[in-house]
Amino acid sequence: METSPTFDANEVSNRPNRMVGLARDTMAIAHRNLIDLIRVPQLLVFTLLQPIIFVIIFRYVFGGAIYSPPGVPYVNYLMPGIFVQTVVFGSITTGVSMATDLKSGLIERFLSLPMTRTAVIAGRTLSDIARMVLVITLIVIVGFAVGFRVQTNALAFFAGLLLVLLFAYALLWVFVFVGLAVRDPESAQAASFPVIAPLVFASSALVPVSTMPSWLQGFATYQPVSATASAVRALCIGGPTTSYVLQSVAWCIGILAVFIPLSLWRYRHAV
Amino acid sequence: MPAGTVFGLLGPNGAGKTTIVRILSTILLPDDGRAEVMGYDVVHNASEVRYKIGLAGQYAAVDANLTGRENLTLIGRLAQMPRKTVGQRADELLERFGLTEAASRPLRTYSGGMRRRLDVAAALVQRPPVLLMDEPTTGLDIQSRSELWEVTRELVAEGSTVLLTTQYLEEADQLADRIAVVDRGRVVANDTATALKARLGSTTIELGMESEDVGIRTEKLLSSLFSDLTERDGDMVRLTSSQGPLVLIDVLRSLEGEGLSPISLSVREPTLDDVFLVLTGESCHAGDLVHGEVVCDGD
Repeated sequence: METSPTFDANEVSNRPNRMVGLARDTMAIAHRNLIDLIRVPQLLVFTLLQPIIFVIIFRYVFGGAIYSPPGVPYVNYLMPGIFVQTVVFGSITTGVSMATDLKSGLIERFLSLPMTRTAVIAGRTLSDIARMVLVITLIVIVGFAVGFRVQTNALAFFAGLLLVLLFAYALLWVFVFVGLAVRDPESAQAASFPVIAPLVFASSALVPVSTMPSWLQGFATYQPVSATASAVRALCIGGPTTSYVLQSVAWCIGILAVFIPLSLWRYRHAV
Repeated sequence: MPAGTVFGLLGPNGAGKTTIVRILSTILLPDDGRAEVMGYDVVHNASEVRYKIGLAGQYAAVDANLTGRENLTLIGRLAQMPRKTVGQRADELLERFGLTEAASRPLRTYSGGMRRRLDVAAALVQRPPVLLMDEPTTGLDIQSRSELWEVTRELVAEGSTVLLTTQYLEEADQLADRIAVVDRGRVVANDTATALKARLGSTTIELGMESEDVGIRTEKLLSSLFSDLTERDGDMVRLTSSQGPLVLIDVLRSLEGEGLSPISLSVREPTLDDVFLVLTGESCHAGDLVHGEVVCDGD
């Protein structure tokens, strides 16, 4: 029941400084998103099921027919690509969630609260990178189960996984923007596929680029999914590494430099 | 708009009610003109305004996967309440809105009325002096609607200032001390409920008599007794009165005195359609909202 008939907002609210406020609000939003994730387990199940099906198809169905570099079993070639592919497909969910919150009116309520406004997006990227860590961990376990072995060393392998997560983080911002721009969960889902499909399939993620027609090779070698897949692969199975890693990191920084300001601008004009 | 009162914004879909609420809640920037909440400008002092308001929207903007309690604590934390008081406040509100038993169930299991109550509770977490309610009862059944009206009255009694938008004349009439009628982004009237109704003034009483002859006698009687407009269409007699439904008692009494008894009887109160017909017909007090001032005073 009401204890005090007269209201004073100042009594109950202590106003934090900017950075503390941002950190606190970001945690509150991320916490809420993770509760959502646990309450709707089917979302997580399907996020996991899809890469597992890809692993099975490419490992056991197409694998025998795909050329891989000498001394490298195809499963070792495939899995780093699957790691990257998993985070690409997984980031679509970020756009869908953003659009869902916008459509449901929840973002409208957030905008009316004395919170740090950017925390809504920061919290979304934080909870979704946590989701990616979980998904990647499980896919790594699946990989080891189907015969994947690291040919370099543990340190390089973990550096590879960190690069996957950096790339995932950059992609999350792309889809935050997509979700805020299309404003509707179904459209966010539909808009994502045409962007993602060429990046994932015309890439070195699943098959060597050298088997593609020459007109496609230029795109397929340098685009971000390929650069990251090649870098992670090099960190897992050896071979020239530095150039791929630099390319991938450059892509991540470039994507973040464009899509962080774009998403924040879109968020301020979301309603 | 004085503190501790309810101000009703009445208008059809697309009249600009939600836009006004969005501007006052700092969600949208006004194209022009200015608005204040408790002396704070919604553009230049937006963050202060956000400490003063609670927003309950027509979309029941709460997270369906979170429990009732989780929703309230989330809003409380984002409203910068100290962590230790948030939980206590959430429990207080859940009890008050009769949601204690449902507190730890995800919202998707709630009924429409329960969801809307939680939505209002969420607007109250940080004890805002000004409450903005955007069509809080749209789509609710009668029972839930009157529950929500009751809660609103209690809040006002406790000192809250409420801005309420609605499509229903009855709702504005029940709750609001003053009503502004909005149409296509303009305030076409701004008055107390009583004054507004007096100006609209038309309770229509329709009497079906047994024959045309009796109808003629009834019409003669009524037009001699009342100054109001009387019409007859065959055996149907219509009286349009500005005195509200009370005139019905006098009508029936005088009919009884003459031994006339109606076969059918209907009383029609002015509807929102009538309000608009009358108000958009005259160009009374037309203040342009976009260029006008909207001021909510909470203290």
